[in-house]
Amino acid sequence: MILLDIDWFFILGKAGLIMAIILTSFGVAAYATWGERKVAAVMQDRYGPNRAGPFGLLQPLADGLKLFMKEEIIPTNSTKFLFLLAPFLFMLTALMTSAVIPWGPDIALANGKTFSLQVADVNIGILFVFGVVSLGVYGVMIGGWASNNKFSLLSSIRSASQSISYELAMGVSLIALLMLSGSLSLREIASQQHGFWSNGYFTWNFFKQPLGFLIFFVCSIAEMNRAPFDLAECDSELNMGYHLEYSSMKLGLFLFAEYINMFIGSAVMVTLYFGSYNFPGMDALAASIHPILFTIICVSVFFAKITAMIIFIMFIRWTLPRFRYDQLMNLGWKSLIPLALINMLLTGAAILWIFK
Amino acid sequence: MDILQILFWLLTVMAIGCALGVVLSRNPVNSVIFLILTFFAISGHYLLLNAQFLAIVNIIVYAGAIMVLFLFVIMLMNLNADTEPQKSWLVQLAGVISGGTLFLVIIAAISKVGHLGVIDKNATDIGLIKNLGKVLFTDYVFAFEISSVLFLTAMIGAIVIGKKEAE
Repeated sequence: MILLDIDWFFILGKAGLIMAIILTSFGVAAYATWGERKVAAVMQDRYGPNRAGPFGLLQPLADGLKLFMKEEIIPTNSTKFLFLLAPFLFMLTALMTSAVIPWGPDIALANGKTFSLQVADVNIGILFVFGVVSLGVYGVMIGGWASNNKFSLLSSIRSASQSISYELAMGVSLIALLMLSGSLSLREIASQQHGFWSNGYFTWNFFKQPLGFLIFFVCSIAEMNRAPFDLAECDSELNMGYHLEYSSMKLGLFLFAEYINMFIGSAVMVTLYFGSYNFPGMDALAASIHPILFTIICVSVFFAKITAMIIFIMFIRWTLPRFRYDQLMNLGWKSLIPLALINMLLTGAAILWIFK
Repeated sequence: MDILQILFWLLTVMAIGCALGVVLSRNPVNSVIFLILTFFAISGHYLLLNAQFLAIVNIIVYAGAIMVLFLFVIMLMNLNADTEPQKSWLVQLAGVISGGTLFLVIIAAISKVGHLGVIDKNATDIGLIKNLGKVLFTDYVFAFEISSVLFLTAMIGAIVIGKKEAE
């Protein structure tokens, strides 16, 4: 019998937090599908889903039920194990990034301990995000290959080259931000953006790195495989691409993971550039109300920012047409990477000569 | 046995098992996936040695980029277990001998080292990016810059090879 020295309060607290985050992600992703249809409907002058429940609010549940009830088909010539593994892998990588996001400020408990609203404060948080994002392509690649279908294979190859190309510009644009913050921990970056205004300038990184944010944003959309960068599923050429052969809830996992990616990606962008859970006048508010209530307000502000970001990404999807493949590669390699490098140089020069 | 030892043995079994899987599996795609798992196990070992940065960079660079390219090439060539050419026994023998020689050299090198310095368990900040950066840009700056020039050369070489010949 091995007795391990384990802090049960810590373990249970973290387990509860992980469950809460995962369930929230599922909830947000489910209602993001409803939101996307409503946004599309508004932009195309239609009603959108309005039959299931008030304003069609029960539509995601109906869709989920439908996906569960569908017949499950596994193609005869597929590589069965990998075919089954791929959707779960895709979902896993979509959810894993949430571990390092600080969802709110620390809560001071009555017994003197603090409870952090972050699953793991890893010292290299942002690199962890990058690691998981770079693994995200495996779900698509393995799924597309294991289906034994030409369109799926083409799609998985497209997706892999797209994600490798855009990861570069994403990394370089982030270096400029990291030079300013001097830390890789997302918690540290979030707390540096405290409030809204200090020392005669905005504290949010967006105002210090507008070009960096633009590059990061474009690359994130490309990494999420969202339109106008959804070359991997591209209905008109590839018939939905890598999930062409999938049916039932396995297809559901692929589609669902895309919305979870969008949610978590927005959370990362808000944390890095839009002040995380910070808002103007938070110090004055913190002094006047109960700390737990303050934490709840901070978390709500964070989620409001994420929602705004998600809606903005949806607007882009329903506004812009899809890129052609060579345009996509040209944009990534010949525009975004040089821009990101220039941005890095400018930031370095500014730190060296202006801020000292 | 404390929790570090349990993790060490788990990761060791995983690393060696997956490494054997790379060599023994017939399907090249399975080999690549085993190799990715091996990288994960090695990253776990880095974490046990308090080298967080090295662990995550190992995943980003090897599992996230290089293995994606491997998988890419294998998928494009459509290598399957039945299309794999059967090599003659002479080639197989040559492979065994050269691999065995390399193994011997590694064992000889490790046995010469003697007792390896044990990392202090309480020095938790030894592999953090701040310390690593300071060491790289002060004590080892020359080697660091030289290796970056080497990478640049490799990149230019790849572009030169990949460039289309002018008609």
